[in-house]
Amino acid sequence: MLARLFRNLAVPVIVLLLWQLLSNAHVVRPEILPSPTAIAARWIEYLLPQEPAAGFLDWLQSSELLSDLFASLRRVVLGFGLGAGLALPLGLLMGTDKRVEALLDPIFQFLRPIPPIAYIPLAILWFGLGDPPAVFLISIGAFFPVLINTIAGVRSVDSIYVRAALNLGADRMTLFRRVILPAATPYILTGARIGIGTAFIVVIVAEMIAVNSGLGYRILEAREYLWSDKVIAGMITIGLLGLAIDVGVNRLNGYLLRWHRGLEH
Amino acid sequence: MPSHFTEEIMLSSVNSAAHAVGNINPASDADVHIHVKQVDKVFGKRGAEVVALKGIDLDIRQGEFVCLLGPSGCGKSTLLNAMAGFSLPSAGKLEVDGKPVSGPGPDRGMVFQEYALFPWMTVERNVAFGLEIRGEPPAQIDGTVSMLLDLLGLKEFRKRFPKDLSGGMRQRVAIARVLALDPPIMLMDEPFGALDALTRRSLQDELLRIWKQMNKTIVFVTHSIEEAVYLGSRVVVLTYRPGTIKQDLPIDLPYPRDSNAPEFNVIKKNLATLVHAEHERFANDERGGLTLD
Repeated sequence: MLARLFRNLAVPVIVLLLWQLLSNAHVVRPEILPSPTAIAARWIEYLLPQEPAAGFLDWLQSSELLSDLFASLRRVVLGFGLGAGLALPLGLLMGTDKRVEALLDPIFQFLRPIPPIAYIPLAILWFGLGDPPAVFLISIGAFFPVLINTIAGVRSVDSIYVRAALNLGADRMTLFRRVILPAATPYILTGARIGIGTAFIVVIVAEMIAVNSGLGYRILEAREYLWSDKVIAGMITIGLLGLAIDVGVNRLNGYLLRWHRGLEH
Repeated sequence: MPSHFTEEIMLSSVNSAAHAVGNINPASDADVHIHVKQVDKVFGKRGAEVVALKGIDLDIRQGEFVCLLGPSGCGKSTLLNAMAGFSLPSAGKLEVDGKPVSGPGPDRGMVFQEYALFPWMTVERNVAFGLEIRGEPPAQIDGTVSMLLDLLGLKEFRKRFPKDLSGGMRQRVAIARVLALDPPIMLMDEPFGALDALTRRSLQDELLRIWKQMNKTIVFVTHSIEEAVYLGSRVVVLTYRPGTIKQDLPIDLPYPRDSNAPEFNVIKKNLATLVHAEHERFANDERGGLTLD
């Protein structure tokens, strides 16, 4: 147990130590690469409230890090909700109905390879600055992975489940809701996970361009003041948030797919 | 509807009484439950058709346990799927209780070899599925589900998912799921084909018990001669491509049958001769399929 902990931590600790030593010896200028301790100090300063806080709620509101974090998270949730919320019913429909697929597939195949980032100029022209263009860009990032995986998921549904359900008297609606949708869930959740990952990339870029809050905005702002330590502190926060989201989604998947053979431990 | 139902039960008790003494009376029209007349089934495109069934005539009466026996490719599953309404005949007449079969329906419960349980539902939700679709009140559904889980020895697996069950247990759940709707007819497509010998025998005995107790009409597809003779009140041997009826044999042995008894083995041997001849034709086709052109 202890040996394993040691093995896992050995390389990161050595890297940090070397980095700290190089910084202390002034080999690299702090504007280019600040020392680990400076970054840690800056991260704590970023997290702590800017004015003395009266209580926990007060702290939540006046901590710059937390308000940036919530701003970014809110955009991810809105954008992902919009993109996935459109992609899921469309994907279910396209997966089950060949005619709908024939109608819509060409346009989606054409639009899909365009990275969401490429929509930035148009997004700003259409929606101006602020949250709307950011949410729009994120929703594009989330839309396609969910769509493609939902279609694939519906296609992959074993016809024997459909036959069994029809034999038990299921009508079209029941078949859709209680057989095709749950049978396609493993694929849909994979799509959702990729979609959230994309949304997370896009939110940072969108915040660097269209808005003045959020983690993406903050690291760009810090660069303008040459606060490299704050840039890195922001990056660490982004990494932690991404990790937390991934762990959360993973837990949710594990619960929703507890019936699935692939997840047997 | 209710009067029809009671009539059916009366008819069935008469019929199963006849079976109990090992005697099948010639059916009058009113007795016929599943009526198959000159049924053909052709698969594939023009020019490359495969005739799976050709001129099938088969009348199945209420309370019979009919085993469809034959080698792979003889069309026994095709015939069963036609009765289930999954794949309608290309020609001929296929009626259940005088009404032509137009699609799948809960009056003909199907049990598949691959179980086909919904893996995202627990055992009890699988069994309740058909009843929920039918719109029965929850309390009643719960009662039926409990009764069936008891009947099939699944009580302690109620909250489990199918992935946690053995093959034999899964097939019990599949049988319970079909029985929940109390269908007059059960269609079974090699349901015990994937099970080990001991599990297979205990499920066969259980099925016979259910058949007697609940007065079902069962059409059971198998390629095991032993299984057909052990279960069937009647064994129908199909020929290999095109599938036609080679032999329609009532089995008069009383239940429960002893698979070591001499009379059991005589029937088995006779059937084996018939089936093996068809299997040879199947094997020849497999080996030399290209020389046919």
